[in-house]
Amino acid sequence: MESEVIKFGKNLVAKDEFLSSGHRACQGCGSALLIRLALKALGKDTIVCVPAGCWSGVGSMYPETAWEVPWMQTLFENSSAVASGIESAFRILMEKGRIPEKHVNFLALAGDGATNDIGVAALSGVLERGHDIVYICMDNEAYMNTGIQRSSATPYGAATTTSPAGKVVPGQTTWKKDMPAIVAAHEIPYVATACPSYPFDLMNKVRKAAEAKGPGYVHVLSPCPTGWRFPPQLTVEIGRLAVETGFFPLYEVEDGRYKLNVDRPTLKPVLDYLKPQGRFRHLSEKQIDKIQARVNRKYAELKARVTAQAA
Amino acid sequence: MSKRVPLEGSFAAAEAARMADVDVIAAYPITPQSHIIERLADFVANGELNAAYIPVESEHSAMSACWGASGAGARTFTATASQGFFLMHEVLYFVAGMRLPVVMTVANRAVGPPTNIWGDHSDAMSARDTGWIQIFAANNQEIFDFVLSCFRFCEDPRVLLPAMVHLDGFTLSHVVEPVILPEQEEVNRFLPKYQHPYVYDTDKPMSYGIVMSPDTYAEVKKAQDITLRESKEVILQAWKEFGDIFGRYYSPIEGYRSQGAKTLLMSTGALSETAKVAIDRKRDRGEDVGLLTLHLWRPFPFQELYEALKDAETLIVFDRSISLGGPGGPIISEVKSALFDRRRDIKFAGLVGALCGRNPSVEQFEEIIDRGREIAEKGSSEVLETIGIRG
Repeated sequence: MESEVIKFGKNLVAKDEFLSSGHRACQGCGSALLIRLALKALGKDTIVCVPAGCWSGVGSMYPETAWEVPWMQTLFENSSAVASGIESAFRILMEKGRIPEKHVNFLALAGDGATNDIGVAALSGVLERGHDIVYICMDNEAYMNTGIQRSSATPYGAATTTSPAGKVVPGQTTWKKDMPAIVAAHEIPYVATACPSYPFDLMNKVRKAAEAKGPGYVHVLSPCPTGWRFPPQLTVEIGRLAVETGFFPLYEVEDGRYKLNVDRPTLKPVLDYLKPQGRFRHLSEKQIDKIQARVNRKYAELKARVTAQAA
Repeated sequence: MSKRVPLEGSFAAAEAARMADVDVIAAYPITPQSHIIERLADFVANGELNAAYIPVESEHSAMSACWGASGAGARTFTATASQGFFLMHEVLYFVAGMRLPVVMTVANRAVGPPTNIWGDHSDAMSARDTGWIQIFAANNQEIFDFVLSCFRFCEDPRVLLPAMVHLDGFTLSHVVEPVILPEQEEVNRFLPKYQHPYVYDTDKPMSYGIVMSPDTYAEVKKAQDITLRESKEVILQAWKEFGDIFGRYYSPIEGYRSQGAKTLLMSTGALSETAKVAIDRKRDRGEDVGLLTLHLWRPFPFQELYEALKDAETLIVFDRSISLGGPGGPIISEVKSALFDRRRDIKFAGLVGALCGRNPSVEQFEEIIDRGREIAEKGSSEVLETIGIRG
């Protein structure tokens, strides 16, 4: 059945909604936006596994649910493993003729804590075994649901409740774990970064991840007004600044080939991104310079890889 | 025609899963369970079993993949032991609470430290409150029969709960015994195809494992408890039908020369077979003593316990696991608690031993009975008395 679509310029977007309105997300929640878009891209035949996190309470509190596709709450670290079990079951049951043949997307949708930290072993196992699932990391750069505690995805310098900006220690002291690179090292067919501020890019990437034969991974920066301390109307703007400053570049790795999706001739200064966010307000000039130097280096490395492969 | 073949306990478990035509196996190796999943890998590799075999990266993921597979409508099997069993612990609760009839064999092994590989029941006892059906096998035939029958009652729409079949590490998992394997046709007659009523279906989307407030949580837990308790009747029915087809009948508590005996020893798992010889010797000497083998641990067989103890004056319980700092072994504690209101006249003795593969001999079982009788008469200076342990 073809879905009804709306045309945005050259882009067609399904009118179907699989995440109802009325859920409990904070105003300006980046992940509400990204889930809505991702489910539009994947369509009705999608089974979703979501670990403990904001979306435990936000999307489904008995007797209500915002999910209009089969959805389950998994444990913190096992959404990928549960999805791999579902995928294996569907495959063998179709092979044995016990259920009708059809394409179903198996989506594990997890936060950065569930992905980078507690669930990294399970995810690595699923990627290595080559299960045909889509994994989306909703990266809001801390454990937001439990009250803004640092994760390994928290950027250097950011203040969280477990990496507070104190008199001696000025916020997070470590650099953000490069999870997409770790995933890409598994040599799966499709890895991408995305941000709901670039909705068509995000939807295309989720679709590509689903079409890939084997695991597809999309790492989505999910601006969080509550945790990052910015006014909720700035969510899309903040996401754009993350990309335009090179702080969170949008790229994809298709069968090992890197491609930059947004590549501006000059990057905006990283300060433009840091300034509107309360979590960075304590940073010294020296720290900001340090962050700028790091962003420059990482961005140059990414570009070099893209250019070398193109040559 | 059924056939009688030599099989180690691990292979008996694997044969049962094969004949049950399991759809998904999620497996991670750990001693002394590994032969089970190796055998199943052979079956799949040789085309003797058409199943998705997921070689996961941990037991936590093994049970997680079982959850997804079972919920999607696949008959699902796994195996583990000891530390691996502990790693899955968190997931065990969810598989039971999500009402998924996963069947698992546990080749029981002691818990570290000290690091070990040998058998006892410490791993099994840690899962008492997870909501799983728990059954202990005493020999390799029982492993086969229990695994097969578990699929039948676990998948019954009145139950929809997971079950673990416990087999003693090495004592059963690695020992070859004659096992009667039935015809596939008989198995098919006993075991219908698995159909979960609430599978993940994109045409009928549902939300699973939804968050609940204090307002509703306890009612769900109570319903789960009632279901687990009431599953006993379904288990009994399934075992009756199993007996009618295969000729071997099982009960939650199996008596051996126990009819009318004044003194009863209760044991669990493979060591009951050694205890039987000790009972024979004592009976030959004219002692009035019998054996109860506890097969069904969850749901706890209250009624069967009352009946088994109808004529008994003394009950000696031999526990194969230690409840550190607690009121004795887990079985004696629960048995006492179950009988407190009913049989204040029974004299009890609880003894803990056979830890980490230090299996008692026939003679030592005779000592267990003798010492048990002494404790029952005169009491013990210790809350937890061990036997065969120095110091």
